[in-house]
Amino acid sequence: MSTAAEHPTYNYKVVRQFAIMTVVWGIVGMAVGVLIASQLVWPALNFDTAWLSFGRLRPLHTNAVIFAFGGSALFATSYYVVQRTCQVRLISDKLAAFTFWGWQLVIVAAAITLPLGITSSKEYAELEWPIDILITIVWVAYAIVFLGTVKIRKTSHIYVGNWFYMAFIITVAVLHIVNSAAVPVSLSSFKSYSVYPGAIDAMVQWWYGHNAVGFFLTAGFLGMMYYFVPKQAERPIYSYRLSIVHFWALIATYMWAGGHHLHYTALPDWAQSVAMVMSLILLAPSWGGMINGMMTLSGAWHKLRTDPVLRFLVVSLSFYGMSTFEGPMMAIKTVNALSHYTDWTVGHVHAGALGWVAMISIGATYHMIPRLWGKAQMFSVSLINTHFWLATIGTVLYICAMWVNGILQGLMWRAVNEDGTLTYSFVEALEASHPGYFVRALGGAFFLAGMLLMAYNVWQTVRKDSKAPAADASAQAA
Amino acid sequence: MSDFWSIWVSVITLGVIGGCAALLWSTRKSEVHKGATEETTGHTFDGIEEYDNPMPGWWLQMFVATIIFGVIYLLAYPGLGNFKGFLGWTQVGQYEEEVAYAEETYRPVFAKYATMSVEELQAQPEGLKMGQRMFANNCSVCHGTTGSGAHGFPNLTDTDWLYGGNADTIKATIAGGRTGAMPPWGAVLGEEGVRDMTNYVLSLSGKTVDADAAARGEQQFQALCTACHGQDAKGVQALGAPNLTDDVWLYGGSFEQISHTIRVGRSGVMPAHKDLLSDDKIHLITSYVYSLSNK
Repeated sequence: MSTAAEHPTYNYKVVRQFAIMTVVWGIVGMAVGVLIASQLVWPALNFDTAWLSFGRLRPLHTNAVIFAFGGSALFATSYYVVQRTCQVRLISDKLAAFTFWGWQLVIVAAAITLPLGITSSKEYAELEWPIDILITIVWVAYAIVFLGTVKIRKTSHIYVGNWFYMAFIITVAVLHIVNSAAVPVSLSSFKSYSVYPGAIDAMVQWWYGHNAVGFFLTAGFLGMMYYFVPKQAERPIYSYRLSIVHFWALIATYMWAGGHHLHYTALPDWAQSVAMVMSLILLAPSWGGMINGMMTLSGAWHKLRTDPVLRFLVVSLSFYGMSTFEGPMMAIKTVNALSHYTDWTVGHVHAGALGWVAMISIGATYHMIPRLWGKAQMFSVSLINTHFWLATIGTVLYICAMWVNGILQGLMWRAVNEDGTLTYSFVEALEASHPGYFVRALGGAFFLAGMLLMAYNVWQTVRKDSKAPAADASAQAA
Repeated sequence: MSDFWSIWVSVITLGVIGGCAALLWSTRKSEVHKGATEETTGHTFDGIEEYDNPMPGWWLQMFVATIIFGVIYLLAYPGLGNFKGFLGWTQVGQYEEEVAYAEETYRPVFAKYATMSVEELQAQPEGLKMGQRMFANNCSVCHGTTGSGAHGFPNLTDTDWLYGGNADTIKATIAGGRTGAMPPWGAVLGEEGVRDMTNYVLSLSGKTVDADAAARGEQQFQALCTACHGQDAKGVQALGAPNLTDDVWLYGGSFEQISHTIRVGRSGVMPAHKDLLSDDKIHLITSYVYSLSNK
């Protein structure tokens, strides 16, 4: 890998490291996803091996794509954006390097413990207490680097992208610490038990789980959006006012929506009602970000014809808008009664995860890579275009398959005969879902294929004797 | 919850919703431009400028509409602490209503068959069909969709019964459940003894075995096993002890499986359904199960 000339002001080394690991962990996490999707089509792919079974690999997949791939993308872009919009170097290179190696250690620990079946069993928080402590330390270091850099900024205001990054960093710290509070069985054991009892544990878990979506996968990536969309489109942000209003409304209401994961359960009625109401009110604040991104392109729409990076960013905003409409709708109790526990939920998550989170990360990475290595552009623009179509088609295949499966399951489970008996047994609904599972695995394979193209393209751009054209020195220093 | 917590959550909930409304109100009032503008705020970050455009009208209206809906919903349904909402709705209430509706609507459908005997029901295809559907949803997880059983779960389509195949016994099995226990004999017999016994048990079903070993096994069998399986090894239904002479095996008939059964024992559980399903429903499931082996 070429060691491009160091930037005179900014710490690009840590950004480069995280940018490369974004691609690496993206491939790993999505490959595991394609494997477990295939296991649902062909169960023999479990190979009768405990650590290859769906139950062990599913949390590995979710942790790898959210925290390894998404997390690396957030670290890379936040360090890049905060330096460039505050016009200062990161406050501490050593601490920044610690966050890189610390985070990689967390990921490797996850990749070892989860297949071994070591799990707290809390969704998206499966890692056991020693790893949780490591996460906390790394995250506090991250907060010090990011907030410290904002504090010593040379600009008078704090850019909107940085508000979102700050909200994401601070809130994730609170969420992680509160939800992971547990009592270890012994100091020599990975096993621990949650400090919360029964329904309270469930509520804390989904307060965490939904805000992992809200602050890790939404606020953090909105921070990314607010930098890379105007930058790539070379247009001003549409409305400063809108960005203020939707920021505060978004972070205030997201906090309350988690209870909608527990509709019609032992959660008290009042908590369910509040969660549903807040989820509905969340629609407008969520869409504020989409509107601001989309409208920023007015006057620059023609660029979409020639710029596949901008296409990634715009299509990610469309999927963001779609899934943030779908979410409030699914939080309505009557809709939830049909959709809950079906594949619809899985499809909804992936509309956000593939369509929004992955696509905006990919677009942002394609934007950063040439600039980080002093190149005028990526090695191949047409490969970016191919990647774009593979990702888009893959996402559409995935979510359509899950919509069909979800609604089909919801309807089959609730169908009753004239005598009040259930029309279908569970296994009949499962059999009917089989074609959808195949299409889903196919969609995932499309998406993964795109990531492999990206890895090749990135490698050809950053390697020592890369053929990608070099940027002129003055442009690089800017 | 206590009054304190009730007021606490109500105030915060309404505070967040009211805060959103106040935010919209105050930022709308201070808008400089009413339509699209090319004017920026004057900030520049890494070359990025920000327009001072007003918030889109349709977006504001949508925001306000969800806030109004939210407040109305919280007045109608339980949501603000201990306040029950003017509709008086609870999820427990909704559940009870739906169950009561189902009871009332479907009871006559089942009552029609309740007076017929299991044998009479064999001539009622509609009734058997109802039994089959309930079997699919309650029994097929263990016994299979066709009732043909699986390892450790009896086949219901043959004429081999652990506890008896007449209508009353089947019904008693479904309603009250069964607990089958084969005690472990490994410690008593030793590995050699287990092998001898396995040879003898296999010989009962006409398998070719080591005759000497089987003869030694028979002696032990007479001493240890006849209490449950009977002198002739044909089983005792009152105890749920299986017939060992018919080559029908609950846990497999291979040498390995049988010696495992003898060495460490087996325990089987058929759960009781009398608290899960009404008598009328159990009656129809009984009829369906009966029909599987009485074509």
